[in-house]
Amino acid sequence: MATVDIRAVRKTYPGLPFEVIKGIDCAIADGELLVMLGPSGCGKSTLLRMVAGLERISQGEIAIAGRVVNDLEPKDRNIAMVFQNYALYPHMSVYANMSYGLRIQRLPKAEIDRRVRDAAAILELEPFLQRKPRALSGGQRQRVAMGRAIVREPDVFLFDEPLSNLDAKLRTQMRVEIKRLQQRLATTSLYVTHDQVEAMTLADRLMVMRDGVAEQIGTPMEVYTHPATVFVGGFIGAPAMNFLQGEVAEGGAVRLPGGVALPAGTAAPGQAGRPVTVGIRPEHLAPAGEGVPGLPVTLTVDLAEALGADTLVHGRLAGTDTSLIARLAGHVQARSGEAMALTVTDGAWHLFDVESGRRLADTVGRLAKPAA
Amino acid sequence: MVEKSRLSVWIAHSVLILGILAIALPIYVAFVASTHDVRTVAQAPMPLVPGPHLWENYARALGQGSDSVGNVPVAAMLANSFIMAMVIATAKIVISLLSAFAIVYFRFPFRMGFFWMIFITLMLPVEVRIVPTYEVVANALAPVQSLLNATGLTWLIERLAGLRVSLEWNMLDTYAGLTVPLVASATATFLFRQVFLTMPDEMTEAARIDGAGPVRFLFDILLPLSRTNIAALFVILFIYGWNQYLWPLLVSSNLLTVQIGIGRMLAVGDGQVDWPIVMASTMLAMIPPVIVVVAMQRAFIKGLVETEK
Ligand SMILES: Nc1ncnc2c1ncn2[C@@H]1O[C@H](COP(=O)(O)OP(=O)(O)OP(=O)(O)O)[C@@H](O)[C@H]1O
Ligand SMILES: [Mg+2]
Repeated sequence: MATVDIRAVRKTYPGLPFEVIKGIDCAIADGELLVMLGPSGCGKSTLLRMVAGLERISQGEIAIAGRVVNDLEPKDRNIAMVFQNYALYPHMSVYANMSYGLRIQRLPKAEIDRRVRDAAAILELEPFLQRKPRALSGGQRQRVAMGRAIVREPDVFLFDEPLSNLDAKLRTQMRVEIKRLQQRLATTSLYVTHDQVEAMTLADRLMVMRDGVAEQIGTPMEVYTHPATVFVGGFIGAPAMNFLQGEVAEGGAVRLPGGVALPAGTAAPGQAGRPVTVGIRPEHLAPAGEGVPGLPVTLTVDLAEALGADTLVHGRLAGTDTSLIARLAGHVQARSGEAMALTVTDGAWHLFDVESGRRLADTVGRLAKPAA
Repeated sequence: MVEKSRLSVWIAHSVLILGILAIALPIYVAFVASTHDVRTVAQAPMPLVPGPHLWENYARALGQGSDSVGNVPVAAMLANSFIMAMVIATAKIVISLLSAFAIVYFRFPFRMGFFWMIFITLMLPVEVRIVPTYEVVANALAPVQSLLNATGLTWLIERLAGLRVSLEWNMLDTYAGLTVPLVASATATFLFRQVFLTMPDEMTEAARIDGAGPVRFLFDILLPLSRTNIAALFVILFIYGWNQYLWPLLVSSNLLTVQIGIGRMLAVGDGQVDWPIVMASTMLAMIPPVIVVVAMQRAFIKGLVETEK
């Protein structure tokens, strides 16, 4: 049972005046795949490397399989890591690359051979065992790097952007392979990426990070349907969520620019006059009259981008400067300058505190409830 | 950028051919001189075609040498030179490899201090420190002795035990004296440092996760990956060692290297220089470096040009 517990972990690099990780707590269950997602420089790799033992933990503790590992060397933590640039040993054959760690552990030859061949079979690397890494394609090298991780039979897999160096098509394919592999081996995994599609598809749970803080930890659906902060709302989903400045009216209605109002009961009553940030996803806008129940708004179209399956309509809320993007079906036509009647899907709006950016808890609309 | 017209090819080749001629001609003349007898060589227009005494001259040089150097055979000199060059090249590589390894991969107190100390030795080749180095080699324990004298310990021991402490460890005329002062190399240390700095961090980390300790990492990963650099450096250092002249001249009077030997053959005062033997020895002295260069040519060029990572 290999759980990973990250408890109040902080990190300061020597010589840097600020904290890179500012207190993160997270318990990862046995066999779970946790994806860490966030913009560049937010500390994803740093956190992962602290789990690996490649970076000292400044404060707090990390436990693997119930054992605190703060002072253990990487090799004693029973982890395996897959790096972005594969980090293979260029002078060793694929077989030697995969077996190197096992040879250092002085496992019996037969056992090493069995493990390498098993891993090679899973990863379809058998024809390449005697080749040097330089004679392999990017995808094959990536598989060797995974093979090297698998043969260790570790408690935890750590992936640091393993697919970033691959082209888009191969990335999709490898993503599926990694998911299948992880489920088959049921090994607890931490996976760093800044690609949200990768994050959404792979994750059992997502940790969305910003500036060394875990803004939200939850299943991909939870994070999508109930973003905990303005940042998470804007970071997950493409095109990004629309944000509007609203104000709470009497009775809990929320007034939007241009005289539109979200119905009463949306915000907590008794907060009249409070400014709020309202988030609406582009995909939750639909042309009026398609029978979708919701709030009617009018958009002054600036520009329409036809993407085939979808049409992205950029515009402004009629009579205001508040810009808005709607993601509509591919057949929808929109001309620049025209006024377009749209409906905001009923309840598909998110309210956030203006100051803290945090979600206002009582605004859960009629979208699917998060799985408990 | 590189134009490949007929004319430019032609010019390039003429320049190359001229260069080769300029280098090859003196060697050819030396070879010719080594195939005649003394009298023919000393004649006013020296012949420019090889003569009939080739085997005789080379056999005499290798086997019994010239009487002006006390008949030390050139074969023995070649062996001395070879040992000296091998020891210098090998020891320089081992030492600089280890020091570069320490500087790049370990965090220890005064790391940068040591780095700069090594750097400063760049400014102190043997020629500059030749007198003090000679003194140390003449008696490696002299510093200890002066310490004893300065602290009054010598005096104390003489008083108490009636013994005069006089330490001596003479390395003159030994292989150690010939090579040890030349084996520390800042240049090679920097070269290896540069090589190690190009090794990707992630590979080092992967090795750490795989459980490779420092020694393992050095032997399993760093050394194989620096192979071509080591080979290139070996070629350069072997030739550097082989061509040593000033230092051996100073510290060894009986342990003759081939360079010193040839020098001595020329210093005959009013007598007649035995040119055929001198030239035969010169030709022989060129062979080992040529063999090393030819044998390691491919690795040498790879090591200078390629970065395999
Ligand atoms: N060895 C180091 N010394 C000092 N600062 C560092 C070091 N490594 C990372 N940092 C800093 O810590 C912060 C977080 O870096 P980290 O590599 O964890 O980001 P990341 O989220 O992985 O980004 P990316 O998506 O670009 O890989 C950055 O501001 C970075 O400059
Ligand atoms: Mg990173």
